[in-house]
Amino acid sequence: MIFDYPTLKLIWWILVGVLLVGFAIMDGHDMGVGTLLPFVGKNDEERRVVINTVGPHWDGNQVWFITGGGAIFAAWPLVYATAFSGFYWAMLAVLWALFFRPVGFDYRSKIQNTTWRTTWDWGLFVGGAVPPLIFGVAFGNLLQGVPFHFDSNLVSYYTGSFWGLLNPFALLAGVVSTAMITFHGAVYLAHRTEGDIQRRARTAALVFGALMLVGFTGAGIWLALGNFGYVITSAVDTAALPNPLSKTVVQQGGAWFANYREMPLTLIVPALAYLGTAVGMLMVARGRTLTAFVASSFAIVGVIGTAGVSMFPFLMPSSTMPAASLTVWDSVSSHRTLGIMFWATVLLMPFIIIYTSWAYKVMSGKVTTAYIRENEHSAY
Amino acid sequence: MVSEQLVDLSRLQFAATAMYHFLFVPLTLGMVWMLVIMESVYVMTGKPVYKDMTKFWGKLFGINFALGVTTGITLEFQFGTNWAYYSHYVGDIFGAPLAIEGLMAFFLESTMIGLFFFGWDRLSRRQHLLVTILMAVGTNLSALWILIANGWMQNPVGAEFSYETMRMELTDFWAVLFNPVAQGKFVHTVSAGYVTGAMFVLSISAWYLLKGRDIEFAKRSFRIAAAFGFASVCSVIVLGDESGYALGEAQQAKLAAIEAMWETEPAPASFNIIAIPNQEEMKNDYSLHIPWAMGIIGTRSFDTEMPGIKEILVKNRERIVIGIEAVRLLEKLRQAPADDATRAAFDKVKADLGFGLLLKKYVVSMDDVTPEIIDRATRDTLPRVAPLFWTFRIMVAMGFAMLALFGLALWYSIKGCFATRTWLLKWALWFLPVPWLACEMGWFVAEYGRQPWTIYGVLPTHLSVSTLTVESLYGSLAGFVGFYTLLLVVEMYLMVRFARQGPGSLGTGRYLNETHHAAAKA
Repeated sequence: MIFDYPTLKLIWWILVGVLLVGFAIMDGHDMGVGTLLPFVGKNDEERRVVINTVGPHWDGNQVWFITGGGAIFAAWPLVYATAFSGFYWAMLAVLWALFFRPVGFDYRSKIQNTTWRTTWDWGLFVGGAVPPLIFGVAFGNLLQGVPFHFDSNLVSYYTGSFWGLLNPFALLAGVVSTAMITFHGAVYLAHRTEGDIQRRARTAALVFGALMLVGFTGAGIWLALGNFGYVITSAVDTAALPNPLSKTVVQQGGAWFANYREMPLTLIVPALAYLGTAVGMLMVARGRTLTAFVASSFAIVGVIGTAGVSMFPFLMPSSTMPAASLTVWDSVSSHRTLGIMFWATVLLMPFIIIYTSWAYKVMSGKVTTAYIRENEHSAY
Repeated sequence: MVSEQLVDLSRLQFAATAMYHFLFVPLTLGMVWMLVIMESVYVMTGKPVYKDMTKFWGKLFGINFALGVTTGITLEFQFGTNWAYYSHYVGDIFGAPLAIEGLMAFFLESTMIGLFFFGWDRLSRRQHLLVTILMAVGTNLSALWILIANGWMQNPVGAEFSYETMRMELTDFWAVLFNPVAQGKFVHTVSAGYVTGAMFVLSISAWYLLKGRDIEFAKRSFRIAAAFGFASVCSVIVLGDESGYALGEAQQAKLAAIEAMWETEPAPASFNIIAIPNQEEMKNDYSLHIPWAMGIIGTRSFDTEMPGIKEILVKNRERIVIGIEAVRLLEKLRQAPADDATRAAFDKVKADLGFGLLLKKYVVSMDDVTPEIIDRATRDTLPRVAPLFWTFRIMVAMGFAMLALFGLALWYSIKGCFATRTWLLKWALWFLPVPWLACEMGWFVAEYGRQPWTIYGVLPTHLSVSTLTVESLYGSLAGFVGFYTLLLVVEMYLMVRFARQGPGSLGTGRYLNETHHAAAKA
């Protein structure tokens, strides 16, 4: 094994970040398209155009979500266990919303019936809009700290409620996340369509891009002024065997800005969120949709990265038992597992990127109503 | 202490969501290879009927696949939502195959399926065939990694308990990969999927033949299904036997329960064809048995003894008693990790830690353990015998009935006269649900038979759950079952509709039942 344990722990923080960002960029754009579907497609044929821009790709993209879940399980089992059981109903809402997508895409156009098709269209809307909203809300709660604790056997207990998750700050984070994903989806849609649909997608991109900028700024100000943040007060041994109960932690306002003060270079990350969104909006307005898509992808790196860098090394702070907070140092798998999973990821990821790119290349070009008419029986 | 109701509901929810998922998985596993065969013939011969076959059966494959994906999402996350302590306790080992499944298999399968459906006009014939093959490879690799994970639950090799981190940790990744239980299960499970795919095509083709429609299309499909199905069903049976052999070493209690074998018999043991197991009195109220058969199947020898249930329970009781000591020492170690003497003592008994944990179903502290409680925990190590005994036998009977069907279907396909054998076609039609029933029963035997463990011999089920409320579980269970049932109804409706319409649904103008779409198009 080439890397020592502390390095691998850090690498896995980056790798999980990469997977989450990959999920948000890839599955995010088809979720954004799903969210916009009922609004930018004014009739059945237009909606089929919208759906078929992501038709061949949504399934592959969704694997980013599945793999992200698997990677968190493998690398951060305590986070996987504590977060998903604690956020039980939020997690189920995500899963149940996602249920609408495979069937929505595949079944919608198999029957010629308006009610049938409209129902699935709204199903795809739910499957597109609800997951980013809830992920945003979840991040909003992570930033505030989550009410959970462990007993001495490391059994986790979550003492909050589902409704408690829906507090104002978390909802704002949800808005930021949904706006970001919808912006990204709108940019993609503008790239793959023409005429009326493209025009509407472009408008949506400008609206949601602006909303994202306002929301992101608002959340930043709230974080700066409010009482947010946690710090580890005991000495941190990054090489230690993971045990989340071996440290002491206090809640401290402004702590989420400490990393930026200590390493000003990290300010690039939030800057990327602004720059990516701004450039994306500008380019989509000028019709340079591919550049806009690259820019909105960078905006996603910036937004998710900002949450990660602000909280580092915390992953899931506990508001009721701060010492139980989960960090990149003490909620990880063993040295051996992290090493094996690192190599598995590094070796397999290039193939994924190659064949995914090939799939997009094969299916590239504008999706038009003419395409839908020609492929009446096989298109979605 | 965790309430039993919570444990039962968590188990029920996992069972329900997993069994729903496995309504769709086997068809995907099998159909995907049939598509490869059909398309290969198309590429080799250039006959359009084979392209139509690939597309039409592909359409039905897609309808099924959508629900496979839908129900699969749940399973990746349910360990976290409902089995939090399990996830913490074994995530170091169990998480890895799940993550690798995503990276190596599911990405490939899901990306290629998009090109399979949408790439017909944009890829050359060979390129499209390559896409179909990669989709099949991805699908089967996916099953491999999932069964490596499941195989580890059944036979947890290559891992050790760490008192510092309070969990199992990986010691040998290759042992987990080449776990004999996992390998046997993988081939048995995917073969069962191949049989399901073959039966699906065989049955629907038989129905077209009985109706006397789309004859050429149906005949060709029937022949491919007969050959593929026959090879697969042979593999299921041979590899099922292999699984049984591996099981005999890894999970004696499960095997003895499946056979309702209460006493240790002189080798080679007899095999109960029919029995009425009596769990309370630990005997069979009635049994009809074949001498020698069990011993030969289970040990592949004439002179190796197979332990009966009573003998296994005696051993388990000893392990529970040692386990009490292991739990005590672990508690001491958690308080004073630097104590070498305690650690040395713990290392000696930690192999039985899991058996000690069985008592936590009844007591919080090991000080409250009484001999009666040890007896109860000992009885817990034996799963309910009667349901295992019967589901196993029904599964096996179905396997042999399908062997007969595919054997005859292949025989008459070679002779070339199957289309006129009405009895054979009817048999094929009525057997449509059989592979699904056999698959579900197989999983029931495997997982119900694993009780009272989630990780065999390591982690008891009742400790594995998330600390949720019973109300939450009622809500989520109802939600899952309701949602899945609704989607299943929709799926069946589409499946029946397109199967009835037949290849005409492709709109090529070569088949029956094209009027509807032709009209819609005009």
